[in-house]
Amino acid sequence: MTLIYPVASNGVHPARLSPAYRSAIKRAPQKPLIPMRHTLSELTGPVYGHETVRANDNDLTIQAKGEPLGERIIVHGHVLDEDGRGVPNTLVELWQANACGRYIHVVDQHPAPLDPNFTGAGRTQSDASGYYKFVTIKPGAYPWGNHHNAWRPAHIHFSVFGHSFVSRLVTQMYFPGDPLFPFDPIFNSVTDAKARARMISSFDLDNTQPEWALCYRFDIVLRGRNATPMETK
Amino acid sequence: MSNQRPDGITPSQTVGPYFKYGLTPNGEYEWNDAFSNNLLTPDTSGERIRVEGKVHDGDGAVIPDCMLEIWQADAQGRFSDPQDQRALPNSSFKGFGRCGTDKSGGYAFDTIKPGVVPDADGKPQAPHILLAVFARGMLLHLYTRIYFDDEAGNAADSTLALVPADRRATLIAKRNAGNVYTFDVHLQGDNETVFFDV
Repeated sequence: MTLIYPVASNGVHPARLSPAYRSAIKRAPQKPLIPMRHTLSELTGPVYGHETVRANDNDLTIQAKGEPLGERIIVHGHVLDEDGRGVPNTLVELWQANACGRYIHVVDQHPAPLDPNFTGAGRTQSDASGYYKFVTIKPGAYPWGNHHNAWRPAHIHFSVFGHSFVSRLVTQMYFPGDPLFPFDPIFNSVTDAKARARMISSFDLDNTQPEWALCYRFDIVLRGRNATPMETK
Repeated sequence: MSNQRPDGITPSQTVGPYFKYGLTPNGEYEWNDAFSNNLLTPDTSGERIRVEGKVHDGDGAVIPDCMLEIWQADAQGRFSDPQDQRALPNSSFKGFGRCGTDKSGGYAFDTIKPGVVPDADGKPQAPHILLAVFARGMLLHLYTRIYFDDEAGNAADSTLALVPADRRATLIAKRNAGNVYTFDVHLQGDNETVFFDV
């Protein structure tokens, strides 16, 4: 199967210059991007060995001596291509704030406590069907300096590769029903409501573990579709 | 698992200011690095080179919280991906690297000069490395290409030919002493790097 990567699929992404997000103003190109035909350089991408992911790298609650504080959650789903096929054996990385909304990054000086038992980084590889799973802690909302009383909705950062270098995606997973959605310029940089909804995980009662952890489902759809689809007209 | 065709792809969001401990810890955080900015393995054949430079914003200020990723062929022009089905021998060269910028906006990759890869019409492309740029303030990463100023093939390269002549220099790394090339990235401004809509 040969995959193609129509540029039109990129239309759901935010405009690079979304002025409500102040940091974008000096970091977005002002000249038009140059369209080009994909070559083998664009149509291929990295493959990882099993050495890239260690056992338990997908469980952020057992990386330290003790258990992290906060609401334990399961986050799982499939990495899919544009035809809905699972993307097998692809690397999924995540990083996030702790339950108090604080990152361990040295630049984050939000006066909320760090958790000595929580780093907030994880990675896994999707299985043969594209399925992935993490166990972590629900991150807290946190303030930032973009505008007066600015708060980021709780989110988990995801980094995914897919079948080629042009299917590469870095995104953020949000939680359903967050009251901060209307006020967040990063979330709203995606202007199509249906596309925004694809960044919001869904509560998954069926896979919630009794007496242990709530579960959220987050499917990630990457660029790439069959070059010769079987279509019925 | 959904067997339905999705409505569309998942939108991009910024990598943000705090990715370092998860994506490029480089010994400063407890987490380990999945990738390195050194692509060389003991058995890697080809001309060993370093590509280095700085990343700048629209004011010319350096960007200390940027992540760069590269993807390239090996010295014979083969990609380390089963989707490259040409009959070329395997090598252990992976072709992928990741580097966070430092306090002065600097980055460096230790790699090899890539070989020649065909373009969409099967004609040879000049040796090049794909570069993806991620940072706080960037809601969607940018793609550019690193070419080399000592390659005669640049003149016939079908992608460089798409670029207005007065902007091509932004895509061409300059060779310094030794095997070190300089390639600076300008996200905006008079020297704005050419980025591709791929």
